[in-house]
Order: sequence, then structure tokens, then C-alpha cells
Amino acid sequence: MLKNILIALVLIGFGVIFYDLFMVYEAKTELTDLAHYYAKNGANEIGGANLVTSIVVTYRGFDTLGEVTILFVAASIISFFLKLKEDEEEKVIGSKDTTELLVTASQVLVPLIFLFGVYVFMNGHLTPGGGFQGGSIIATGVALMIMANPNFKINTQIIHWIESISGVAFVFAGVLGVLLGGGFLDNTFKGLGVGEFGTLFSAGVIPIIYSFVGLKVGAEISNILNKYQKSQKSI
Amino acid sequence: MNREFLFIGLTIFLGLISIILAFVAIHHKKLSVAVISTSFISLFASIIFLLLAAPDVAMTEAAIGSGLTTLIFFYVLNKIKKTNA
Repeated sequence: MLKNILIALVLIGFGVIFYDLFMVYEAKTELTDLAHYYAKNGANEIGGANLVTSIVVTYRGFDTLGEVTILFVAASIISFFLKLKEDEEEKVIGSKDTTELLVTASQVLVPLIFLFGVYVFMNGHLTPGGGFQGGSIIATGVALMIMANPNFKINTQIIHWIESISGVAFVFAGVLGVLLGGGFLDNTFKGLGVGEFGTLFSAGVIPIIYSFVGLKVGAEISNILNKYQKSQKSI
Repeated sequence: MNREFLFIGLTIFLGLISIILAFVAIHHKKLSVAVISTSFISLFASIIFLLLAAPDVAMTEAAIGSGLTTLIFFYVLNKIKKTNA
């Protein structure tokens, strides 16, 4: 009873605080100075048709590097805690047979999902999407494969190699920006330009960086799913 | 004008459904129903993001929030059920 009264009091308190905020709020009709700068100079300086990607990869590239690092740390911790003993590694997950419908659908859909994921991260500078989105779409394809066949074995060696090489290549592209361009993760190298606006090979190194980010995110999330699937063996 | 009205109406409708599903997630006895209702909240949130002109965020929310998180929740639920039984 006391608990419910406390909950009600907390809710009323939140209501009072947010009512004040709500009454003061006015919708902005003009862009702030920073947003105005991005909207005005983004297309010329970066050359990407999708302004969000220009900001995420170049203007705020350091944040993206941090996000990729956080995801890497999370994947490593999950791999560490879900490690199996050696005798459990060979066990078969006991499950009812998956339906014919799911198996056939996964055979048809998985290649298409992978293709769509690759499309999303290759065209991140032209259409909505990018490395994180494309990577997670690829991971949903892996999830469908795992659901269709619970004893499906993913080649972890290949995943580890893809993950490490893309991570190193991302930082390497950033360092190349220091040597050839204006600073860390700068997308335009001297003498190369940004390319024609709106084509696939535009916006400097953004498509290359986002492809590596996409591969890295896809590999990491697939690895997490693989670990969770394998952890069902130790039951 | 008509289109704008439709957008606002759909956004409010999806928001209300999300609140109802949140109550279901808290108060339902079966955990699997709770997990599925949270995944539906993510799905509706991604539609709301799309309506509010943020397709980049909507893609991530649809793939991770309603796809992969649900799967991981079910793996964990399965493991907890079998080890506690």
C-alpha cells in the first residue's frame, strides 16, 4: 500500500516537472547556428547527398569511432561470459523440428537480406542508412539462418578476421586523413576531390569507411547471436 | 493539410498503442507475452521515427530493437526456464 502511494507521488512529481517544461517549450522555426552551418556547407565540403552521414562520419567521426569501440567491448564481454566448456562444444541442441516453411523461406530470403544490408551501407552517403544500419540488417539475416537451423555452425574464424581487419582499416582510413587531408577522419584527400555529387563514388572516403563499419558491426552482432545460440547447449 | 493531419493522427495513435503495450509488458503473467509486446513497442517506435522524418534511426530501431533484441530475450528466457526447472 505504502509502495503504491510512493509510486503515485513520484509520478505526480514527474508530472509537475514535465508540465513546466511543456508549457515553456516553443517549437523552433529557425535552425541553430551549427545546424545552419551544416545545412549550408555540408554538401560542398563533404560531398555526400545524405547530410546525416556527412555529420556522423566526418564532422562527428570521433563519436562514430567511440560507438564502434563500445560495440566491440560489448561483443568481447558477451563472448567472455558465454564461453563453453570443451565437452559442451560438440553437443547438439535438442529442439523440435523447425517447420518446412521457415527453412524454405530462410533459403530464399537470407541472400536477399544480405544483399540489402550491403546496399544500405554502400549507399550510406546517398540514401538513408549507413554502416550501423546495414550491419544490423546483415545480422538479422544471420538470425534467420540460426532460427531455421538451431545447429547451424558459423565459421567464427572468418568472422573474427572480418571484424579485426575492418576495425584496423577504419582507423587506418582516419590516419590517412591526417597524412593526406585536413585531419583525423577527414574524408577528402588532397588532389582527389570529393567526386561528383550524388554518384556512388562521391563524398571522398565516406563509402569506404562506412563499408568497413558495416562489415564490422555485422560481424560483431552475428558473433553475439552465435554465442547466445551456442549457450543453449550448456543447459 | 490533409496529409499533415493524417501524420499527426497516426503518430498519436501509435504512441497510445505503445503505452498500452508497455502496461501489458509490466503486468502480464507470461514473460513471453511481455517480451513480444516490448518488441511491438520497438516496431511502432520505428514507424514513429519514420513519420518524424528520421529514416536512419528508424532502420536501426527496426533491425535491432524489434528483431535482434527479441531473439536474445528469448534465448535468455529459454535458458533461465531450463536451468530453474
